Amino acid sequence: MLTFSEIISTIHEGLTDALPGWLATTIEYVIIGAALLGLYCVLALILILLERKICARFQCRIGPNRVGPWGLLQSVADMVKILLKEIISIKNTDNILFKTALFLAIAGSFCTFGALQFGDGLACIDFNVGVFYILAISSLGVVGILLAGWSSNNKYTLIGAMRSGAQLISYELSAGLSLMTMVLLSGSLSISDIIAGQGGMNAEGGYNTWYIFQAPTAIIAFIIYLIAGHAETNRGPFDLPEAESELTAGYHTEYSGIQFGFFYLAEYLNMFIIAGIAATVFLGGWQPLQINAGWASGFNELMGQIPSWIWFMGKTFALVLLSLWVRWTFPRLRIDQLLKLEWKILMPISILNLLIMAVWVII
Amino acid sequence: MSSGEIFIVVLVTAIIMVVAALIIGKLLAPKSTNAQKGEPYECGIPTRGTSWMQFKIGYYLFAILFLMFDVETVLLFPWATIMKSLGAMGLVSVSFFLFVLVLGLAYAWKKGALEWK
Repeated sequence: MLTFSEIISTIHEGLTDALPGWLATTIEYVIIGAALLGLYCVLALILILLERKICARFQCRIGPNRVGPWGLLQSVADMVKILLKEIISIKNTDNILFKTALFLAIAGSFCTFGALQFGDGLACIDFNVGVFYILAISSLGVVGILLAGWSSNNKYTLIGAMRSGAQLISYELSAGLSLMTMVLLSGSLSISDIIAGQGGMNAEGGYNTWYIFQAPTAIIAFIIYLIAGHAETNRGPFDLPEAESELTAGYHTEYSGIQFGFFYLAEYLNMFIIAGIAATVFLGGWQPLQINAGWASGFNELMGQIPSWIWFMGKTFALVLLSLWVRWTFPRLRIDQLLKLEWKILMPISILNLLIMAVWVII
Repeated sequence: MSSGEIFIVVLVTAIIMVVAALIIGKLLAPKSTNAQKGEPYECGIPTRGTSWMQFKIGYYLFAILFLMFDVETVLLFPWATIMKSLGAMGLVSVSFFLFVLVLGLAYAWKKGALEWK
């Protein structure tokens, strides 16, 4: 069976043989950009449909079922429709900031998306400070949200943006600390190293398991990361920034047409990205599930046969489904409850968990 | 290809995507204007007063707290990376650092900065 690294190196060699160097490099860049962009948009369409279908089932409805078989083409139709909608310009907006906010929201989400590893050899941005890069670049989104709220010349957007800012920066701390707990275990910030440490054989001849199984307190960090990550995507029960019954649509009230579409796109993809990072750092990325016991060798063999990208997508979509379940089950928090949860519960636990993990690593 | 180059490619792709979609939207979408359309949305009634109004000082307090903790989180990352080779001595030094950090949190807690009033 062809692996992704073989396909990629074949393309690379074919291009460098046939064309002059600079042209081959340019074409490779275009291929990378187009592939990532295609994946980004297709995932957005799938996620939007998935959410609408699942939300409908939670509320005892059927959900979209008119466009295409079982409503599968609904989000494609929505995308075309949103392109055809008028872009309304509001009086007295700060036009430059208003537009910049769009770019920041999309750039933050797209650049984080590029740092995910979708399968064996399917990595785009692979810095040796990968975890740090992800934390840094994903916080561009909050700047976008603040700018959007500030520049819209609307009271609702301003309140929404301020709430969103307070929420995002607070929960970023817990998310960072729980990722750091896993960095202690891996001893490296690079995403490739983190994934490599969760599979294959170790020095004693046994299998490396996922990090969540490698240390007893890893599960705490995992749960904290899921809560904090869910809060960072601005989705219920943490959806105060766009609480529709209080603030109409929060920070993107004044965006219309395709401009609104971008915020929508970024929000859905952020959900996928958070799930993807959790799957990578805690659940082994594209590494298959291996059980470290003599009787399980057949099982391990079988799991190893499943392609790596199916492992990554499977884990990520499982976490996405979990986040959808949470969103449609819990009622919205108040802002004092939200900040109390972060600063008085999650923060102390994550700092304590970090210390416990450090002690565990030394022993 | 280094990751830095790919990062620039990804960033440029994101920008091109937004610009292209905005242009397509401009070309395809209908355009009409009237006096009411440009009003900021406010439940259908005309806007009252300025939109850049006062908001709660509480947000500012949390921003300051965040700044303090975030900078110290950045300082902890290099330690976390080489923790295994540092051993017990590294842990003791960082425990002291974390103690000061937690002291800050405890002070803010005691002062009531974490309450939303």
